Amino acid sequence: MPKTIKITKGLDIKLVGTAEKTISEIRPDSFALKPTDFIGVFPRMLVKEGDEVSAGTPLFVDKYRENIVFTAPHSGKVLEVKRGDKRALLEIRMETAASNKQIDFEPANPLSLSKEQITEKLLKSGLWTLIRQRPYNIIANPDTMPKAIFVSAFDTAPLAPDYDLIVRGRGDDFQTGINVLKGLTKGKVNLGIGAKTQAPEFLNVKNAEVTLFKGPHPAGNVGIHIHHLDAINKGEVVWVVQMQDVITIGYLFNKGVISPELIVALAGSEVQKPRYYKTIRGGCIKKMVEGNVTNNELRYISGNVLTGTKIRPDNYLSYYDSMVTVIPEGNYSEFLGWALPGFNKFSASRSFPSFLTPNKEYALDTNIHGGERAYVMTGKFEKVLPMDILPLQLIKSIIYEDIDLMENLGIYEVEPEDFALVEFVDTSKTNIQVLIRRGLEIMRKEMN
Amino acid sequence: MKSLRRYLDKIKPQFEKGGKYEKLHSTFDAFETFLFVPPHTTRTGSHIRDSIDMKRTMSVVVLALIPALLFGIWNVGHQHFLSHALEASFLDKIAFGAWKVLPIVVVSYVVGLGIEFAFAQYRGHEVNEGFLVTGMLIPLVLPPDIPLWMVAVATAFSVIIGKEVFGGTGMNILNPALTARAFLFFAYPAFMSGDKVWIAEKADTYSGATPLAEAALGIGDGTVNFTYSFMDMLMGNIPGSIGETSSVAILIGAVILIATGVGSWRIIVSTVLGTVAMGLLCNVLSLNAYMDVPFYYHLVMGGFAFGAVFMATDPVTAAQTEKGKWIYGFLIGVLIVLVRVFNPAYPEGVMLAILLMNIAAPLIDHYIVQGNIKRRAKRSKKNPELEGKLSAV
Repeated sequence: MPKTIKITKGLDIKLVGTAEKTISEIRPDSFALKPTDFIGVFPRMLVKEGDEVSAGTPLFVDKYRENIVFTAPHSGKVLEVKRGDKRALLEIRMETAASNKQIDFEPANPLSLSKEQITEKLLKSGLWTLIRQRPYNIIANPDTMPKAIFVSAFDTAPLAPDYDLIVRGRGDDFQTGINVLKGLTKGKVNLGIGAKTQAPEFLNVKNAEVTLFKGPHPAGNVGIHIHHLDAINKGEVVWVVQMQDVITIGYLFNKGVISPELIVALAGSEVQKPRYYKTIRGGCIKKMVEGNVTNNELRYISGNVLTGTKIRPDNYLSYYDSMVTVIPEGNYSEFLGWALPGFNKFSASRSFPSFLTPNKEYALDTNIHGGERAYVMTGKFEKVLPMDILPLQLIKSIIYEDIDLMENLGIYEVEPEDFALVEFVDTSKTNIQVLIRRGLEIMRKEMN
Repeated sequence: MKSLRRYLDKIKPQFEKGGKYEKLHSTFDAFETFLFVPPHTTRTGSHIRDSIDMKRTMSVVVLALIPALLFGIWNVGHQHFLSHALEASFLDKIAFGAWKVLPIVVVSYVVGLGIEFAFAQYRGHEVNEGFLVTGMLIPLVLPPDIPLWMVAVATAFSVIIGKEVFGGTGMNILNPALTARAFLFFAYPAFMSGDKVWIAEKADTYSGATPLAEAALGIGDGTVNFTYSFMDMLMGNIPGSIGETSSVAILIGAVILIATGVGSWRIIVSTVLGTVAMGLLCNVLSLNAYMDVPFYYHLVMGGFAFGAVFMATDPVTAAQTEKGKWIYGFLIGVLIVLVRVFNPAYPEGVMLAILLMNIAAPLIDHYIVQGNIKRRAKRSKKNPELEGKLSAV
């Protein structure tokens, strides 16, 4: 039995439209890398429109850390380098080649390589970008030694993909990926599993310490695992890698090439056949959603409903996302909506009858359900944040930019995703995740 | 409802910037969002949001106040006819009570909301719903014979000095309703204390003393003689502030607040605990007649129940940390008995106890926050074996 940590605070939001456990294979017509997915990266382009690229061809580098290379996940032709205001790079769109040409980075056994050799291979292939550091959630600095590396083998967010399904048949790559991570730290590689985790790939993993986290969302968030196992103190760094990205890294060391596949869940109340798709990283979601959604006005989200990014139906998956959620837009006026009993409405508070039916699934939309207010209610945030952190006090310290207080109250330990539920339950309807990111960015600039 | 929506959409431009009634924008917005939850959708962060908002929260509190209000209306009539030794039907009592109480409620709301709307317009934000509760709390803590102009002055004082000068709802230090009451208590003591004011249009020959006044008198007399039984005080058919007399009606409100999670049960429970503890201590020391009053009388006398359930739990002025709430409530309970028993010049300790703790609440929170900070600092030092292995970010 692995070590068990019981999470009591949190909230499971049950939504309609869980993905059915079947995987369809599609090949999107195009795919894209969005530099906006990477915090603090200033891209310098290495390709131009019309260039042919292979899987593994460098597309751009970070202007301030030129060893951080971003490579194409699949071969194709650069269609467009899309820029926005002040020429900010938004998207590098590529047409998917019919046959995937892959650059050979040569297979290797990570257990017989040094940290430097592993790092070099990852940097060269562009897969280093899959390793991020906390605090700040930026791409890890290859020259540092993290005190530990964390991987979460389950996702508790609403409608989240089932990692047991994603890892099935890819256990070798997953184990190799864990071995790679083991070679990168003198500390532990921690694998967090959930109460529902059954996959032997996770339960019998080697070179990692398994911890069982029981409880409601955000129990699956890696930030919660870090907080309970090895919290980040000032000056310390831990690295985090997403479960499927561990597989991608393992694939590189086993086969020598970049894995062309990414398993993505398509879910949400407006999807007619919610299920899993095998696509490519950054793939266009058009083929997944076309003809597979209702006719309502819809919100397409790369990621889950709590932390994902709004995208268009012909747009692209974000780099680190392995799910697409489609829910109704909520741009309607509701007569006396705050006063009516609201039998179809969901609330974590007991001022709506939803608490009487804890297992009911809801089709929630994007309506904010109210106007922005000053913080009045207290004690609500604490109920959904399973950390020894005072959420309201931390939020306020960010608002008035008191750097010392932010540090003292534990800003290094948090990420916006850990505060997604805090934002969800907020009676005052403020954008707390944006605020947390702002606080982290203030600290990052202050420390550099 | 569609025609109403269409009408609102039609007149809306006149209230926007550059429109004819631009200066009434906040007022229009308040009424529009009252009728219709706005169609705003999320743009960043969580794409879905909890259905709860400030209107829902505040309306739950108003709902919880209704039993106390209804009982208060009946009791105002009941006490009036009782003092005149007149037989009166249930409806007569309600009619008299409504005639006395409703104007106070109306004045409180009109004056308070008027000022709130003006400030919202001036500051350029939406009207906050906090006053929906305050506007109901103020009438319920006032004696039934209070002149209406005093209600207006006190409400204006509490909204402007008690709340808006600090930045409006969410920023105030003192509970606005209690600020209004304290203002009247110190500015017009003749209308806020004594034996005359607690029964509307009382017959001169009838004693209108409240249990608190009788208990205070007991210190000089050497023994406390209550006109009313414990049961009377619990049920509330005694003279007193409009909404404060019936512990049972307030308890119904407490159940609503706790069940919906809108009111903090920690504060309510700890206030009761504090009062019981201090009451027991008084009983044990037993130095004068008031100290001999059984501790459980403190729970039904005066504004205890109302204060513990509706005033102490005001989230803005209470302690904001969960641990702090225990300390905050407990000290309110202790202070209530202290003020009542040891300072008979102010028979009602609840108002002063809560206002005092409102001021102390940030201090309580400060120590809880420091505790959290110290835990983190300690943990950070506990990891010396990792030093050297780590390099800075």
